[in-house]
Amino acid sequence: MYAPSFAAPTTVAEAVQLLANASGVARVLAGGTDLLVQLRSGILKPDLIVDTKRIPELRTITTEGGGYRIGASVSGAEAGEHATLSRDWPGIVEAVELIGSTQIQGRASFVGNLCNASPAADSVPALVAAGATVVIAGPNGEREVPVEEVPTGPGSTSLAKGEMVVAVKLPPKPARTGDAYLRFIPRTEMDIAVVGAGVCVTLDEGGTCTAAKVSLGAVAPTVLVVPDAAAALIGNKLDDAALAALDAAARAACKPIDDKRGTIEYRTKVAGVLARRAAATAFKRAGA
Amino acid sequence: MAPDGTPDLKVVGTRPIRPDGVDKVTGRAQFGADFQLPGQLVGKVLRSPHAHARIRSIDTSKAEAIPGVKAVMTAADMPEITSEEAFVGEGPADFKDMSGNTMARDKALYDGHAVAAVAATSAAAADAALAAIEVDYEVLPHVIDVEDAMVEGAPVLHDDMFTSGVDPKPATPSNVAKRMVFELGDVDAAFEKADIVIERKYKTAPVHQGYIEPHACVAQYAADGQVQIYCSSQGQFMVRAYVAKLLGIDISEIRVTPLEIGGGFGGKTLVYLEPLAVVLSRKSGRPVKMAMTREEVFRGSGPTSGGTVWVKIGAKRDGTIVAGDAVLKFQAGAYAGSPVGPGCMTAFAVYDLQDVRITGYDVVTNRPKVAAYRAPGAPISNFGVESAVDELARELDMDPVELRLKNAAKKGTKAAYGPTFGDIGCVETLEAVKNHPNYNVPLGPNQGRGVAAGFWFNIGGESSATVNINEDGTAVVATGNPDIGGSRASMAMMAAEVLGIDVERVRPIVADTSSVGYCFLTGGSRVTFATGMAVVEASKSAVNELKARAAKTWDIPVDAVEWEDGRAVPAGSNAGDFEPLSLEDLAAKSGRTGGPIAATSSLNAQGAGPGFGTHLVDVEVDRETGHVKVLRYLATQDAGRAIHPSYVEGQIQGGAVQGIGWALNEEYIYDDKGRLENPGFLDYRIPVASDLPMIDTVVVEVPNPRHPYGARGVGEVPIVPPMAAMANAIQDAIGIRMTELPMSPPKVRKAVDEQAAAEE
Ligand SMILES: Cc1cc2nc3c(=O)[nH]c(=O)nc-3n(C[C@H](O)[C@H](O)[C@H](O)COP(=O)(O)OP(=O)(O)OC[C@H]3O[C@@H](n4cnc5c(N)ncnc54)[C@H](O)[C@@H]3O)c2cc1C
Repeated sequence: MYAPSFAAPTTVAEAVQLLANASGVARVLAGGTDLLVQLRSGILKPDLIVDTKRIPELRTITTEGGGYRIGASVSGAEAGEHATLSRDWPGIVEAVELIGSTQIQGRASFVGNLCNASPAADSVPALVAAGATVVIAGPNGEREVPVEEVPTGPGSTSLAKGEMVVAVKLPPKPARTGDAYLRFIPRTEMDIAVVGAGVCVTLDEGGTCTAAKVSLGAVAPTVLVVPDAAAALIGNKLDDAALAALDAAARAACKPIDDKRGTIEYRTKVAGVLARRAAATAFKRAGA
Repeated sequence: MAPDGTPDLKVVGTRPIRPDGVDKVTGRAQFGADFQLPGQLVGKVLRSPHAHARIRSIDTSKAEAIPGVKAVMTAADMPEITSEEAFVGEGPADFKDMSGNTMARDKALYDGHAVAAVAATSAAAADAALAAIEVDYEVLPHVIDVEDAMVEGAPVLHDDMFTSGVDPKPATPSNVAKRMVFELGDVDAAFEKADIVIERKYKTAPVHQGYIEPHACVAQYAADGQVQIYCSSQGQFMVRAYVAKLLGIDISEIRVTPLEIGGGFGGKTLVYLEPLAVVLSRKSGRPVKMAMTREEVFRGSGPTSGGTVWVKIGAKRDGTIVAGDAVLKFQAGAYAGSPVGPGCMTAFAVYDLQDVRITGYDVVTNRPKVAAYRAPGAPISNFGVESAVDELARELDMDPVELRLKNAAKKGTKAAYGPTFGDIGCVETLEAVKNHPNYNVPLGPNQGRGVAAGFWFNIGGESSATVNINEDGTAVVATGNPDIGGSRASMAMMAAEVLGIDVERVRPIVADTSSVGYCFLTGGSRVTFATGMAVVEASKSAVNELKARAAKTWDIPVDAVEWEDGRAVPAGSNAGDFEPLSLEDLAAKSGRTGGPIAATSSLNAQGAGPGFGTHLVDVEVDRETGHVKVLRYLATQDAGRAIHPSYVEGQIQGGAVQGIGWALNEEYIYDDKGRLENPGFLDYRIPVASDLPMIDTVVVEVPNPRHPYGARGVGEVPIVPPMAAMANAIQDAIGIRMTELPMSPPKVRKAVDEQAAAEE
């Protein structure tokens, strides 16, 4: 009979030690909305489960030099209720709030969403577009990497044995910056993104884009950063030509699969559509 | 009496709280998977991973050797059944096929087909046993699509299937089980008279009923051969009859206790697990509990058919429809018996046509055997016909409601399937749409409005009811129909109406098969009509007995006693001057006036009133993503008489919502090996609450003269019109005729792109 060990440490150091010393497969348990589903269906049978929700620093959102540090086990609902986070990064909060339902929201975390490494994870393109990083703790100390460097393929990450994510960091937000995330699903909720698009732009006083980052989900094995799409916006206002160029660049970057959730043709077209629509919202939020 | 001649009613037509409500909202109600017996084993099913395979052999020895495993079974443990027609709820089936469907014998005919089952002391031991069963399969070519299955050279599922209904009888077997034709007048000649002819082919996808509760049961086979089954189903008597037949057990040996049912919609008018649980219990000597997972529900239980619908209609310039012709090809799943018959019979039933012909084909494919689903067959043919009628309205530049009004079936219309309609409410539902504010709401860009009308027969049939008057003057009403749509409330209300007491004083129960007379299953929108009739009859008998007791007490003839407001009163001054005797008084004294008061009624209810409904929907189409948003939805329907209007509205809303799912997203996705890729609610997309607007309803009441209170069945009509109404609305919004379901975002976007390409 399968019976995994379970631990609920109260410090990062303890958690890292447990993970590093584990024999066999060890998994972090944040909200469990991916992990428990995988356990139940028998896809995954870890030998050790380390619950990180008892580690106080992983449960809080703090501000740091104008930016944010979001503990790795903070839930979507907690992010949504934070006093200033959704004012500063509405795209990120709306992305995490798209996950599941009210019940799921009480548990699901950004970091779980990221480390589950689904190509369709909703909060990830939004974090990538905003230039977020993660702080990783391990037996050899801490390191910080851009969010897009964590997933390496469906279900796999660049975390080494004994490593865990302790926080997501959002940079101080430059003036006249706006972000947005949109996903397409056939229904209105409780579904997996067919395509997701995150856009973050910074404008000058005249409304011309000076910096941009565009990210796409569910159209490749991992989240995509699309520099050509950003280039289509930089130096331009939100006009038809820029949007058409953005649409084309987004489509060109797609490397989707044909599966039960969408065809290559459809995913590619919708990626362009969502990139345009997210860009329009991001420009508006940036003050255009 | 009301001005229209209907009797004044005190309870019927009100909205009391449902008697089963508290248990259901507090979680106390026992559904199929909640029931336990001491010492029960866990039963599980091994299912075929192949769409079509010959079973060369099954070796269960390793499974049997696993500790905790108490029984392993295959088809060899079930009697071989000879072909015999079974009346299954709302469609034909054969007991031999039913046996084969519960446990594959020589061939596995679809991905998910049961091939063996085990019972063990734990779920883990049962899983280990399933993994240890060795099935030697010879994988065969398979066929999923209905038209592919009809072509010559297609893999043949049953080598003894020779198409019936064609002359001469074919010499070679095929996947076409049956051909049928319904015809009225001279269709070919009638088309000659038409100014405009619309001809097109439509296609629908098989869809699952999507009940939330997976199939579950507990069975106990005692040492003396007595069988107890506890399960959720659409009919405890149906379960009893089928288990008896499939296992060769006398009906008197089987007692089936109904548990609460968490949705069925037709899908629980069959047995899947019950015969297996009985066999496993017999082999192990222990009670066996079996419950499907959601994945098993999708892979192993029956959806309704998908099919193609070719339609041709001809009309005069003034909008008079002069001829209708249709060819329906329905896939039945792995065994014969799609609802193509009712599909044909209902196809043009909304219209008053003299010349009409419908041809149907029943076709087997390597998919789960279809089961009934609300108005089986009708939504499929309706999608074709009502789409074509909408095209006709556009061609004629005529309002689609006016076109339907001009041609609507009414009293005296002879339907293509035979009968001449009596009192029906088709016109009334169309007018209710016209008079509703939704009909005139202005529409914005990419928004459109669609209308469609639908028909369903409704059935009556055999039902029984017992009314027991308790010592304190309350009453218990026992019937044998599982309560799916609020029927307990309706039964209590009808009894209360006759007895003349508050509905709270009547306790309705759903009794087991040994405690109440036979009732045909809950299906065909029959329970409020037929079982309701039995309840009314039994209540009337109880009232007669109460009057007799009063007559005895007063020592006057019984016909000098009347029953008013729950009391016996002397019939006028000649009868004598007595204080009224209430039901409570009479019940309290019943021991001294002749003993307990109880009455039963068993009948075969005839004259179920046909049901009609018209739906009006507004949608907005996102041309870039292909997403269709439902803005407004109105469903009007003739209920004859709404016994409990909230449950009538609930039925209408539920049917409309299932229809919206059928229209927009629901489909089975198979890989190239014929394996189902979306056996779960994540990727089999029924609508979620936020996908839907409020479903507005208008209940029209054209009383059914054959029911004591005028009731007609209401549960099935509302799933008939939604698909065509949605397609018609999409056409109105973007000028594109979607001919294939589901009208999912990728398909709509593709159609938009094709339209743009064609315009260039
Ligand atoms: C009903 C339902 C609906 C859903 N809808 C959506 C949706 O709309 N969009 C969407 O993107 N997802 C959806 N999901 C998936 C899931 O809810 C999200 O991915 C969620 O963000 C996961 O977060 P969690 O905290 O629950 O992660 P967990 O399940 O706890 O963990 C997920 C994975 O991340 C690893 N992990 C967790 N924390 C760490 C850490 N600190 N360091 C290293 N690894 C870690 C775990 O070991 C595990 O492998 C849905 C799930 C359900 C059940």
